[in-house]
Amino acid sequence: MFLSALREHARIYFVNPHKNVPREGQKSEYHAFQPSTSSPQGYGRQDLTFENQNYKGHGLSKGKEREGEWDFYWCDLSWLRENSDHTYMDEHVRISHFRNHYELTRKNYMVKNLKRFRKQLEREAGKLEAAKCDFFPKTFELPSEYHLFVEEFRKNPGITWIMKPVARSQGKGIFLFRRLKDIMDWRKDTRNSDDQKDDITVENYVAQRYIENPYLIGGRKFDLRVYVLVMSYIPLRAWLYRDGFARFSNTRFTLNSIDDQYVHLTNVAVQKTSPDYHPKKGSKWMLQRFRQYLASKHGPQAVETLFRDMDNIFIKSLQSVQKVIISDKHCFELYGYDILIDQDLKPWLLEVNASPSLTASSQEDYELKTCLLEDTLHVVDMEARLTGREKRVGGFDLMWNDGPVSREDGPPDLSGMGNFVTNTHLGCVNDRKKQLRQLFCSLQVQKKASS
Amino acid sequence: MLQEESDLSLIIAQIVQKLKGSNLYSQLERQAWASLQRPEIKLESLKEDIKEFFKISGWEKKLQNAVYGELSVFPLPSHPAAPPEHLKEPLVYMRKAQGSWEKRILKSLNSMCTELSIPLARKRPVGEQKELLNKWNEMGTDEPDLSLFRPVYAPKDFLEVLINLRNPNYENGDSLSFRTHLGLIQIPLKVKDIPELKECFVELGLNTGQLGIDDSTQVPPELFENEHVRIGQKVLAEQDSAAAQQYIRQGSPTALRAELWALILNISSEPEDVLYYEQLKTNVIQHDLLVDSLIYKDVKLTASNDDYYFVFEDYLYQVLLCFSRDTSVLSHFAYNSASPPKSYIRGKLGLEEYAVFYPPNGVIPFHGFSMYVAPLCFLYHEPSKLYQIFREMYVRFFFRLHSISSHPSGIVSLCLLFETLLQTYLPQLFYHLREIGAQPLRISFKWMVRAFSGYLATDQLLLLWDRILGYNSLEILAVLAAAVFAFRAVNLMEVTSLAAAEVMRNNRRIIIWCGIPVYTLLKLE
Repeated sequence: MFLSALREHARIYFVNPHKNVPREGQKSEYHAFQPSTSSPQGYGRQDLTFENQNYKGHGLSKGKEREGEWDFYWCDLSWLRENSDHTYMDEHVRISHFRNHYELTRKNYMVKNLKRFRKQLEREAGKLEAAKCDFFPKTFELPSEYHLFVEEFRKNPGITWIMKPVARSQGKGIFLFRRLKDIMDWRKDTRNSDDQKDDITVENYVAQRYIENPYLIGGRKFDLRVYVLVMSYIPLRAWLYRDGFARFSNTRFTLNSIDDQYVHLTNVAVQKTSPDYHPKKGSKWMLQRFRQYLASKHGPQAVETLFRDMDNIFIKSLQSVQKVIISDKHCFELYGYDILIDQDLKPWLLEVNASPSLTASSQEDYELKTCLLEDTLHVVDMEARLTGREKRVGGFDLMWNDGPVSREDGPPDLSGMGNFVTNTHLGCVNDRKKQLRQLFCSLQVQKKASS
Repeated sequence: MLQEESDLSLIIAQIVQKLKGSNLYSQLERQAWASLQRPEIKLESLKEDIKEFFKISGWEKKLQNAVYGELSVFPLPSHPAAPPEHLKEPLVYMRKAQGSWEKRILKSLNSMCTELSIPLARKRPVGEQKELLNKWNEMGTDEPDLSLFRPVYAPKDFLEVLINLRNPNYENGDSLSFRTHLGLIQIPLKVKDIPELKECFVELGLNTGQLGIDDSTQVPPELFENEHVRIGQKVLAEQDSAAAQQYIRQGSPTALRAELWALILNISSEPEDVLYYEQLKTNVIQHDLLVDSLIYKDVKLTASNDDYYFVFEDYLYQVLLCFSRDTSVLSHFAYNSASPPKSYIRGKLGLEEYAVFYPPNGVIPFHGFSMYVAPLCFLYHEPSKLYQIFREMYVRFFFRLHSISSHPSGIVSLCLLFETLLQTYLPQLFYHLREIGAQPLRISFKWMVRAFSGYLATDQLLLLWDRILGYNSLEILAVLAAAVFAFRAVNLMEVTSLAAAEVMRNNRRIIIWCGIPVYTLLKLE
């Protein structure tokens, strides 16, 4: 495994994303990444990555980070902002974020990039192809696009809009409204409050058309969290993780109570503060269960179509920022995509997270996230074990490799005929342990053969 | 020969009697009258022509399905002079045991009632009725104070009763011999052994394709899956109950399952059925029963905390609250060894004219009862259909899992079958577990009582319930339980305490369940 192989000569630098970077002399908790065998029983907040390991003689346990002293850094976004410009990295070094990831993960930037990409697609490939980008509800940046927003607002009276802060996460600062009067009041309020936490002095918001007919299960609204690993943007190489989950709202969906943010916001972080919340429940369904439920209700064909449409969302969104993201061979990024399904089984993209939460809300969740991280490390491949031609590593399937990746082996069928099936298995069986065993066995055999 | 014939005519007479009161009968009558208008019906050959018409229009199929449905539930042919108790349960000592168990339950219920000073039933004030009606689709959001309520009993209490069951006519003798049963159940009932099981469950053999195994990703679908799905669609098109039951023994494709189960259980959602459900709903709104609080508590404790089923919490209330008011369920007590508890209007204790069944459907829920309904929520989304399916599943199968009887699908026989299988084919494991104080039945009892609901992943559970419907028997539960032990035999031999064995079992990783009984049945030979 990664760690045992590198123990001799690796310098690993992990920081629990929730903690601050330690100061000089402060004893900090650098933990090796390994699924904890002594994890606490029962459910509750668990800091996933962490079990104490003793790295002899590598001086990892004290002191602040020094330049060039690490090989792998699962970094904090704030560190990235401050340091990435002037930190020198050796060739083999890997870091877990792209410098300007916010082009994809900040709602206002993402909308801009997507709009631009759509126009380009329309010019190059026509209206039909461009329509494939219509997975994002109509969004306007505020305050800059206020007038455009008001125009659209007046064109569609009575519909509901949702206001989201551009840079915050976990459901903070979000609210719904139907009348312009509501945002007038809100503007007055925010001007009075002291919100100096963010670097940006004027907080940007986006107003987005609220999806009023979400697909409901058991009367509850939910959204899907899917994990996409991008190893490079030029060329675009992206992997899709088979597992993920559906996050349910604790309360029953109704459009009558716009003020009840607990109904509409499905982030677990918000649900956790709802009076209904029972931590043991977790309010999550693994994607396999969700897929089975849909298949028994709508049949396998409809489910295939839905998941294909979701693949389209991932790819188009990445393509839209491909040329903007600063390409850096040291960087990779694990994104958490939030998808909402409506009653017509159409998927919508809510947002993309650059630092998806890795805290576990239940035992099942813990296992999913540990396996996710383990497989991420396998794909990043610090030990250079992979050949680079693999289409599957553990729970990750190679979704895009400078072009679509087919499930079938052999040369890709570029004629565009119907037989092409993408190499994605979202919500399917994840027999990753078996696959990893087979993979590494065969890699060893290949290595021996070639040496 | 004559005996068989008279048995047959007795059965026919009884079925005809039953069907005469049903909806189908009046529909057939109406159809027959309407068909007189048709040109092909001639007066000279009226009977044959109408029969022909029924055949073509599919009504004969419906009748066939109804008869088949009755036969599936019908108790074994008995002597025409047998008293009704024999239909419920032929063995006297079992009847007595069931009677005293029921007395205990009722006592417990009454004492809880007196302790909390809550009436068994009361009419809701109008304001409360309105509120409940508004909240009908989201009763799960209610957080009533249920801390004072306790479940009337839990499966382990029931197990204790079964362990103490004795046949007064059976003399075991004090000396232990190789024939002594080492398990907890000490009743001499006849259970199937492996050769008989293999014969009975022949479609689960290694040579026959199974869904759950032969449709895995490694197997190309042309080999089995595609053909199986095609046959399933054909069966549904034909609307033939018996064929569906045969078909489903090999498992049901996910997309066809809901319809197949409805076909086998002979459930069709007629407007009358929807109306009936609405009527039950009105009953719930108007009256509040003590049993409702028990149901609430059970759902909150079990299904709401389950990773799979928490989503369906609201549906569970909608089904279970109506279920307890459904007096049509009382008819199943004709072949259930249990009897519905009786309660008396206040002040009229003992006077038969003032006796009522409580709860109205005669079934007192126990801890875990709601788990019978939860898996069905995956298949049915309309409350009235979900309700019908659950009710039918209950009166055909689930009631046997918590009443004391000698029926081969009754819980006593299942326990005995489980223990016998284990003792006969895995004697070392059985003995070891017994020595460390972890009698295998103590671990597997709760699985069987709940028909594995909550102990298996949903897709696996539904495949298991496919077989229950297909073979019209619950014996598969005991076989699966034994097979799980056989599968983990190596690990279990190292276990040194009951708690450790329990922990192993609580892990819900019984993944490819289908392979287990098949594999085990053959390996154990």
